[in-house]
Amino acid sequence: MIPPPFEYLRPSTVPEAISLLQAHGEDAKVLSGGQSLIPMMKLRIARPAWLIDINAIPGLDYIREQDGFLRIGGLVREFEIEASELIRKKYPILHDTASVIADPQVRSLATMGGNLAHGDPANDHPAAMLALRAEVVATGPNGSRTIKIDDFFVSVFTTALEPAEILTEIRVPLAGARSRGAYFKLERKVGDFATAAAAAQVTLDDRGAVSQAGIGLTNVGPVPIRGRHGEDFLRGKAPNAENIAQAAQLASEDAQPSSDLRGPAEYKKALVKELTRRALNRAVERAGGAR
Amino acid sequence: MTPTTPEVGGMGHSIKRREDPRFLQGKGNYVDDVHLPRMVYGQVVRSPFAHARIRGINTEAAKKAPGVLAVITGEDLAKANLAWMPTLFHDKQMVLATGKVLFQAQEVAFVVAETQYQAADAAELVEVDYEELPVLVDPHRALDANAPVLREDREEKSNHIFHWEVGDRQATQKAIQDAPVKVALDAVFQRCHPAPLETCGCVADLNTATGRLTVWLTSQAPHAHRTLFALVGGIPEENIRVISPDIGGGFGNKVPIYPGYVCAVVASLQLGRPVKWIETRSENLQSTGFARDYHMTAEIAADRDGKVKALRVKTLADHGAFNAAAQPSKFPAGLFSICTGSYDFPSAFCEVDGVYTNKAPGGIAYRCSFRVTEAAYLIERATDSLAYELKMDPAELRRKNFIPKETFPYRSPLGWTYDSGNYDAAMKLALDMIGYDDLRKEQAEKRKRGELMGIGVSSFTEIVGAGPAHTFDIVGIKMFDSCEIRVHPTGKAIARLGTKSQGQGHETTFPQIIAQELGIPANDILLEEGDTDTAPYGLGTYASRSTPVAGAATAICARKIRDKARKIAAHLLEASEADLEWEPGKFYVKGAPSKSKTIQEIAFAAYTNLPEGMEAGLEAVDYYDPPNLTFPFGTYICVVDIDKGTGEVKVRRFVAVDDCGNIINPMIVEGQIHGGLTEGFAIAFMQLISYDEQGNVQGGNFMDYLLPTAVETPHWETGKTCTPSPHHPIGAKGVGESPNVGSPAAFVNAVVDALSHLGVRHIDMPVTPWKVWQILHQNGIS
Amino acid sequence: MTARPVHVTLNGAEREAMAEPRLLLIHFIRDVLQQTGTHLGCDTTNCGACTVLLDGRPIKSCTYFAVQADGKKITTVEGLLSNGKMHPLQEGFREEHGLQCGFCTPGMMMSALALLERNPDPSEAEIRAGISGNLCRCTGYQNIVKAIQYAAAKMKKGATA
Repeated sequence: MIPPPFEYLRPSTVPEAISLLQAHGEDAKVLSGGQSLIPMMKLRIARPAWLIDINAIPGLDYIREQDGFLRIGGLVREFEIEASELIRKKYPILHDTASVIADPQVRSLATMGGNLAHGDPANDHPAAMLALRAEVVATGPNGSRTIKIDDFFVSVFTTALEPAEILTEIRVPLAGARSRGAYFKLERKVGDFATAAAAAQVTLDDRGAVSQAGIGLTNVGPVPIRGRHGEDFLRGKAPNAENIAQAAQLASEDAQPSSDLRGPAEYKKALVKELTRRALNRAVERAGGAR
Repeated sequence: MTPTTPEVGGMGHSIKRREDPRFLQGKGNYVDDVHLPRMVYGQVVRSPFAHARIRGINTEAAKKAPGVLAVITGEDLAKANLAWMPTLFHDKQMVLATGKVLFQAQEVAFVVAETQYQAADAAELVEVDYEELPVLVDPHRALDANAPVLREDREEKSNHIFHWEVGDRQATQKAIQDAPVKVALDAVFQRCHPAPLETCGCVADLNTATGRLTVWLTSQAPHAHRTLFALVGGIPEENIRVISPDIGGGFGNKVPIYPGYVCAVVASLQLGRPVKWIETRSENLQSTGFARDYHMTAEIAADRDGKVKALRVKTLADHGAFNAAAQPSKFPAGLFSICTGSYDFPSAFCEVDGVYTNKAPGGIAYRCSFRVTEAAYLIERATDSLAYELKMDPAELRRKNFIPKETFPYRSPLGWTYDSGNYDAAMKLALDMIGYDDLRKEQAEKRKRGELMGIGVSSFTEIVGAGPAHTFDIVGIKMFDSCEIRVHPTGKAIARLGTKSQGQGHETTFPQIIAQELGIPANDILLEEGDTDTAPYGLGTYASRSTPVAGAATAICARKIRDKARKIAAHLLEASEADLEWEPGKFYVKGAPSKSKTIQEIAFAAYTNLPEGMEAGLEAVDYYDPPNLTFPFGTYICVVDIDKGTGEVKVRRFVAVDDCGNIINPMIVEGQIHGGLTEGFAIAFMQLISYDEQGNVQGGNFMDYLLPTAVETPHWETGKTCTPSPHHPIGAKGVGESPNVGSPAAFVNAVVDALSHLGVRHIDMPVTPWKVWQILHQNGIS
Repeated sequence: MTARPVHVTLNGAEREAMAEPRLLLIHFIRDVLQQTGTHLGCDTTNCGACTVLLDGRPIKSCTYFAVQADGKKITTVEGLLSNGKMHPLQEGFREEHGLQCGFCTPGMMMSALALLERNPDPSEAEIRAGISGNLCRCTGYQNIVKAIQYAAAKMKKGATA
């Protein structure tokens, strides 16, 4: 219940934050939303000696389309994603995702950047990022670099971020009029992590066939999982019930769930199939497609 | 009963709550709000192991940590004979472990420091050397020859705690043998936990100048706790003051005495400073009074036309490491023998065996009326089993077997005398409200299309208001309750009770009883509970006993005052008492209604103008020994739809018809129903405290012990019938636990009903989506 | 470790006190600023009893450090009363019997306040979602929903008056 003691620093620029992270190395953690980190500190599972609070750094809270991407700053809060008209209209998969993260209070503080950087396969945004084929910008002592989302999630609670790097921007490829997605999450109750969840983003060509498909899966493996076989299958095909069902089946075969209090692995696999099917259907519907 | 005006606010008025203003302003006074000068903080150090010998405890580092004032161990307590304390049920439990630990999270040491944060840091520094022992978590293995014997302190070296039986074993055996139709059902009522939103805690303050110990305590039974502190702690009882201030929910969790309380008291005695101990939620879920863990088998024998002949019940009760069940002393299985329910069984037999396991101690809690939740669940599930066997509609089968209303008071084959009931009226109203026949038609059509929809019925009878002195006591203290009323010269009043509200609205409802009896407006009456220095002795609030027992005391007490008021009125009106009539609020002369005196005028006269020889004042006290328990009842009907793709169950509708006799405040009763149904919903669908084979607890915090939010919680439709209790002074029965008693079976019956055409006859709670999915999958329809 | 001054505007009043970095905002509010209306119900950020408004947004004060709140505005239940007059939410909870033990009520009202400030005319589903981070064990939420609807209606009337 009570965190162990730590020292607290509040840099006002990104370079300052980075040099503090460099100085304190493994003993330091970034505090952004804190809604994953602080609970771990209260359980005394995480015990950073230095907390680098980046919330005072200006200029990291934008949502805008620019130069071919939807760009979301690393400190954008979940409630802002939920409330964004731009995102609701053109990137509904992100609206779906943000609205099912924890609860309203957590969403006041939790950041999308943090949701990705924490590296928890149970978090919701990673699957949507996979489906969107997004990339993240990491800023560190050697400047900024772009990391493709498929390279970002390395293992449980481990991302490709270097110790002194901060996730400063998320980039989602600009969505054309016929590119839309959806996120379906089954949880035991509001506020829980997913028993399983599926994100799907589809792009339809002018014949109504699927020109690009992205499928991401939540909490069914040590990292968020791309439903690669389902995507490959669906590409080029008509988004009819049969093809979608088959894509969903293939996605479930890519899932590697464990049995736990949320249910047996066999159930989670079946859920992946069902939720992928629903997510694909909704994505197609939103992309203006006939089913 | 003459109705009163809304301004007076007697029985039946939905007056707004007196207690609300302070809660709405954040000015409640819960135990953790208590701040005393020089107050220090305690934290318990707990065992990570379920069963282990303690080889040694090293407190040196902890004692030296910043701010630490004391580190108490079992060895320290043993010197004062306090390492063990009696439980509320013929057993003892360790306050701080000596020798060995018996469940994960068991209390091992108590650290006291200047601040809560320092106590938390120091607790980590206590080093305990454990030697792990084999763990027993399956109650079915507890009596095996090779099972580890958990309680070395007991003479009998066995994990068997008790065997209890009631009824006619032979006659029931014969009836079952002879019956043309029989069904058997195995049903587990899973271990769960009441989880009130405020955890347990106390502030123990020994005033070294006066020698008085004041304990602010999250207690549903402050007087009983005071007496126990006196007996166990050897502190003179007049020097102990227990104050139960505002309590943030109880649901039975705050009836037992917990080691943390004892440690805080000891620490305060030792340090001469107030010691605050507030447990965390994890501690609450993992170590305080759990609920249920009953493994039951019911057999019902019946005629081919559905008339029941016999009920036989056998139950294995898992009590954890110590039998800390809070229940009347003659009833090791509480009031479980109400399991014949609403039905007229010619014969019945019930036996229960309790065992120890390496789990948290306890066994009674969670809005259960002393195991009535288990009993009602079992009979309502088993009745559905019989319905399936007979291919009979479950509502029709129930109506066929209801105890007819003409036969009350009804003596059940397991020894209870039900006071009154009209089960068919409640059933009929529920069927009408839900539109039962149309729903069955809809279900038939949906079934043809492969859609899964279910309707579950539960017609429960419960037993509350413990209880008559000839049968009921808790650790020897009889289960009366009390009310003391004093009317002031200006016609206002103060009343104090031996009960203790944890949200039930006593500050509003008990004045309403007085308002009904005396005509003093309810809002002119101040109601106090919970301070043992001032409140008359009572056994507290749990098991829905406040209205049946303290409510009766309140009415009788008010009538005693009315008797004296009549004498004063006669004096003021210069008439004889026999010539006076009463209507709420005044006495008037028969035939001359303008010659009257209001209760306010009489109150003033009680201090200013008394008849010759009469004592001043207008007050009374009553200690009420109920002649019987009361038997609220009802019918609940639940409609569910199942998502075949995910196994999720959605409650489409839930109708609850309750009969609790005469109602004091309909608004408050309805609130109780909503709350109890929500707890029943949580139990049916999502709550479980479980242990793995090493005795590690799962569901030990709110991440995994699931409480529904406003999103999951269904909309509740309520209705009522009114069958007063013939023996209760105001005909009231109590209602707080009915919804939690009657609803789990309604939910489960509905889900089973949705799947019954596949041959499904039972699903153990919690009925999770994956359990439903597994059934669908096995039947090829997921 | 190193304590630092934390300056907040609490219910409109300027308050300042020292806080060690690990001091949780809930403890700063309850123990240091001595406003005990906000309660603690769990240790895993699940129950919402500790909900306060931070610069107008509902947060769980048990999962936020006091030092983070430096320079910010905090609203707690104690800030609802205005010149002795109850806020429509407080009135609504009373009129509709939206509380029993009262322990979840302060946090619940803060979430409801935040909801109504950004959505003055919420549907029942939106209300339930808006309070989905606040657990109640007593009421079953049904009367809480009615209480919030009462407040919404009253606040709308007040706004157009």
